[in-house]
Amino acid sequence: MNGFAYLTPGDLAEALALLRQGDEASPLAGGQTLVPTMKQGLAAPETLIDLGGLAELAGLRVTPTHVEVGAMCPHAVVAADPEVRAACPALADLAGMIGDAQVRNRGTIGGSIANNDPAADYPAACLGLNAVIRTDRRDIDADDFFLSMFDTALEPGELIVSVAFPRCREAAYLKFRNPASRFALAGVFLARHEDGVRIAVTGAGTDGVFRWSEAEAALGREFTATALAGLAVPVEDMLGDLHAAADYRAHLVKVLTARALAAISQRA
Amino acid sequence: MTRLTLELNGRTVSDDVEDRTLLVDFLRARQGQTGTHVGCDTSQCGACVVHVDGISVKSCNMLALQCAGRKVTTVEGLAQDGALHPMQQAFHENHGLQCGFCTPGMIMSAIDMVERHGAALDEATVRHELEGNICRCTGYENIVKAILVGAKVMTA
Ligand SMILES: Cc1cc2nc3c(=O)[nH]c(=O)nc-3n(C[C@H](O)[C@H](O)[C@H](O)COP(=O)(O)OP(=O)(O)OC[C@H]3O[C@@H](n4cnc5c(N)ncnc54)[C@H](O)[C@@H]3O)c2cc1C
Ligand code: FES
Repeated sequence: MNGFAYLTPGDLAEALALLRQGDEASPLAGGQTLVPTMKQGLAAPETLIDLGGLAELAGLRVTPTHVEVGAMCPHAVVAADPEVRAACPALADLAGMIGDAQVRNRGTIGGSIANNDPAADYPAACLGLNAVIRTDRRDIDADDFFLSMFDTALEPGELIVSVAFPRCREAAYLKFRNPASRFALAGVFLARHEDGVRIAVTGAGTDGVFRWSEAEAALGREFTATALAGLAVPVEDMLGDLHAAADYRAHLVKVLTARALAAISQRA
Repeated sequence: MTRLTLELNGRTVSDDVEDRTLLVDFLRARQGQTGTHVGCDTSQCGACVVHVDGISVKSCNMLALQCAGRKVTTVEGLAQDGALHPMQQAFHENHGLQCGFCTPGMIMSAIDMVERHGAALDEATVRHELEGNICRCTGYENIVKAILVGAKVMTA
């Protein structure tokens, strides 16, 4: 790993000032992606700005309308929080499915969505629940945040402060994981909101996380398995690699959507 | 170089480290605590698991400087007055190992899981929680058995 300077700002303003000082500065959250990437030589920031001391990014709160998760909140905390589980069980379930126990102890929601790995789980929750990503300077709708794989609407030096998830009527996240990497080969977040259905798909799309609008419309009209019959995601938009071919991923998306629907119907 | 002070297995240690020093390298090369192993070095295998302020982490992807002022516990810090920790004893009695390379990480993860789940820890949870710890010898059977026995003693 190349050398770098490690800095520990005490608050958000100090962190932003340090980030403005150089192009080669990178925020460090849980380090579960950034440190391995640096060890492989795929990233070589000159300065690491540790966000661990920023109270503004810590913790989470559940209100009557939202679950707001601080950018530095580790996956394990979201998975185990009883208030999150009561307000949005699918979100707690999803956090508990990320990586393994040690990855969940360190990895954070801010790091996960800033990285926007095409197989990451949280982007599906953000898109499915119509979350708002709060940064140091603005609020960004999830629909405008995830641009394409490993690319987001964040500007250089912009920091995610929290993610606000509106509470919905019901939701489920189904993940078909690659047992070696623990990431999603395909993952489907299905959420029923007062004003319609949202379906976010991760792991499968060539452009990263996406909404399956055709199925959203069908389930919005009729929330049953029959409504899904005959629908399919376009194979040409699916990733194909040594882990799974594109047509297999397209099939998984459909099966997982049906299973998410079944999970919600069983709970109701 | 930056001055690093932390509590390692109950002792305060201070050392000058390069900012890029990984926690696992600090433990093994600077502190001579070679119980913590490097199996993959890519965050997958769990051989390097230690506790930082009581929470299990992979020490191959954490910087030593991120532990400044914190409590780090490695497998060397578990035995008290010459007596093995109940989880170590359970691995010993149930033969929860073959080559032993993964064992320190297994034991550190196991203790963390008992501390989080308490007496409610069951076999299915143990298997799920062991996802981040890879063993290429045992097929996990005796590891799972050892953790359940160790958990009983720890929560008695
Ligand atoms: C073995 C293993 C298995 C994994 N399995 C999964 C899985 O199944 N599903 C999954 O979704 N993920 C998985 N991950 C990734 C994990 O969830 C990471 O925690 C996550 O992708 C990055 O979060 P982090 O807090 O570690 O961020 P870091 O690694 O510290 O940072 C990642 C990137 O985000 C930037 N960043 C961090 N915080 C902010 C912020 N607040 N504002 C702006 N930019 C920021 C950093 O500069 C960096 O570029 C796995 C990782 C490992 C090692
Ligand atoms: S050496 Fe750290 S996880 Fe394998």
